[in-house]
Amino acid sequence: MRFKLSFVTLLATVALMLPVALLAEEAKPAAPAQAALSSAQKAAPAAAAVAAPATAPTAAPAAPKNVDPVLNTGDTAWMLVSSALVLFMIPGLAFFYGGMVRQKNVLSTIMHSFVAMGIVGVQWAVMGYSLSFGPDVGGGLVGNLSKALMNGLISFKDGNPVFALFQNVPTEPGAIPEYVFAMYQCMFAMITVALISGAIAERVKFSAYCVFVLLWTTLVYDPLAHWVWMSDGWLFKKGALDFAGGTVVHLSSGISALAFLVFLGKRHGFPHERMAPHSLPLTLLGVGMLWFGWFGFNAGSAIVGPNCSDAAGGLAGLAFATTTIAPAAAGLSWMVAEWIHAGKPSALGFGSGVVAGLVVITPAAGFVQPGAAILMGLAAGVVCYGGVMMKAKLKYDDSLDAFGVHGVGGTFGALATGVFATVGAKGLLAGDMKQFMTQVIAVAAAGAYAFIVTLVLAFILDKTMGLRVEKEDEIMGLDQTQHSESAYN
Amino acid sequence: MKLIEAIIKPFKLDEVKDALNEIGIEGITVSEVKGFGRQKGHTELYRGAEYVVDFIPKVKIEIAVADELVVKVVETIENTAKTGRIGDGKIFIIPLDEAVRIRTGEKGIEAI
Repeated sequence: MRFKLSFVTLLATVALMLPVALLAEEAKPAAPAQAALSSAQKAAPAAAAVAAPATAPTAAPAAPKNVDPVLNTGDTAWMLVSSALVLFMIPGLAFFYGGMVRQKNVLSTIMHSFVAMGIVGVQWAVMGYSLSFGPDVGGGLVGNLSKALMNGLISFKDGNPVFALFQNVPTEPGAIPEYVFAMYQCMFAMITVALISGAIAERVKFSAYCVFVLLWTTLVYDPLAHWVWMSDGWLFKKGALDFAGGTVVHLSSGISALAFLVFLGKRHGFPHERMAPHSLPLTLLGVGMLWFGWFGFNAGSAIVGPNCSDAAGGLAGLAFATTTIAPAAAGLSWMVAEWIHAGKPSALGFGSGVVAGLVVITPAAGFVQPGAAILMGLAAGVVCYGGVMMKAKLKYDDSLDAFGVHGVGGTFGALATGVFATVGAKGLLAGDMKQFMTQVIAVAAAGAYAFIVTLVLAFILDKTMGLRVEKEDEIMGLDQTQHSESAYN
Repeated sequence: MKLIEAIIKPFKLDEVKDALNEIGIEGITVSEVKGFGRQKGHTELYRGAEYVVDFIPKVKIEIAVADELVVKVVETIENTAKTGRIGDGKIFIIPLDEAVRIRTGEKGIEAI
């Protein structure tokens, strides 16, 4: 009965939000977005789009200001690949987390990531993209719903489809179809909410989690993406640096994970009962998949770098390099820290270090040079190892260390970006104190917003649907009680 | 007749089996078991959470033998399963009242 009620609530939430989105689709935007999407608002003629590949590279130096965007097929190809790479991170995350839980909860943990692909995939098309990257309402706080259901990304001229183009900096030529940009960003939204599931694994009720995914993405992720990445967003205007999601993705999910924990409580038997990972090979397979996909995450984000208009150019190359170097250094430093502190270099430790390095380099990927990437990586391993050790000291139950790695790593990475940035921005070491302070403001604002809204959401869900499974169900395992399945037969 | 029950380290199983074959033992029963003796357990550490694992994987061999073979079998197992380090295992010798071969109905020594 309780499940049925919860399911009804889930359906009702979706049903309530659909009409809002559909109504908004009718509304005309009062004014087009000013910078990032202004050119994309004007649908390029199909003929121009077709002719673009030949003209784009040569036209670059003499490009007049505010020209209509011209399709760049190289950028488009790389962004299509990058989008698919980011999607691949989600099963990577599912395996990373799935291996770390006990055998009786592996399917439920994997489902936490997979169902996020389902829910956010639809949410993003219905309203998420518009809330994040639609024309601004409220002084840089959130987008309006004029792009709900991906409205305006396609039109028809003489029966032929004309696709809107997205270009981050309208003064430079070279754009990608806005559908590609929208889908690239969709993958980010999917994985961000799934990251939170690491903190709540092995005890959260599946129905409540599904509703949480929908509400959190809508109320926390979408506005944050708008603040930081949309050219009208207030943090973007302030000059906050977040190359590929240190603040929007890792900090927000990690801090939200901590807020969620407060209402969820510890797992039964924590910390005295044995809760060792049931399959570390699965976890390390997940680490490998995450690292691979992360190249799309970071090197694809050259598209939103404030000083770049080419997605598949030098900046993407730099981001690719730092995304290789930092996690390599972080895997080693976590391993060495653990070797010294606990006596053995564990496989889980090396894998966790790699993830920590990826988290920390994410906001900085295109802003720092390889030397700084090594330093950031080395620090990431030790800082996040400390973040995880904190759990034992403070006795909270962050099942798979979503806060310890993503919250702590995301915060550290965002601040370190303000210290080490030299490409396209100047950090503390390059003599710009102001940039560092901007990073502090961005971290504090995004962290506080994510924490407070998640607290409210968790409180409401706890009082209405209940967040946690019954004790008996938890002991039996969530695979059996939430899904009527078992992973290994 | 006696039933010889030996608890040994898993990696010694093949060596013990071959040695027993050489002295003419034709049938043994093997089970994977867990337990601890003086070796006690070991500690596993996952992201700062320390778990003491009390039970260590071992292999149990059961062999039914005629009385005159007991000493030889025990010696063979002892010699091949020994590493000299803690946790090598134990051998128990248990009186065996009767044995029956199911296929033929043979009993006693004939059955083993």
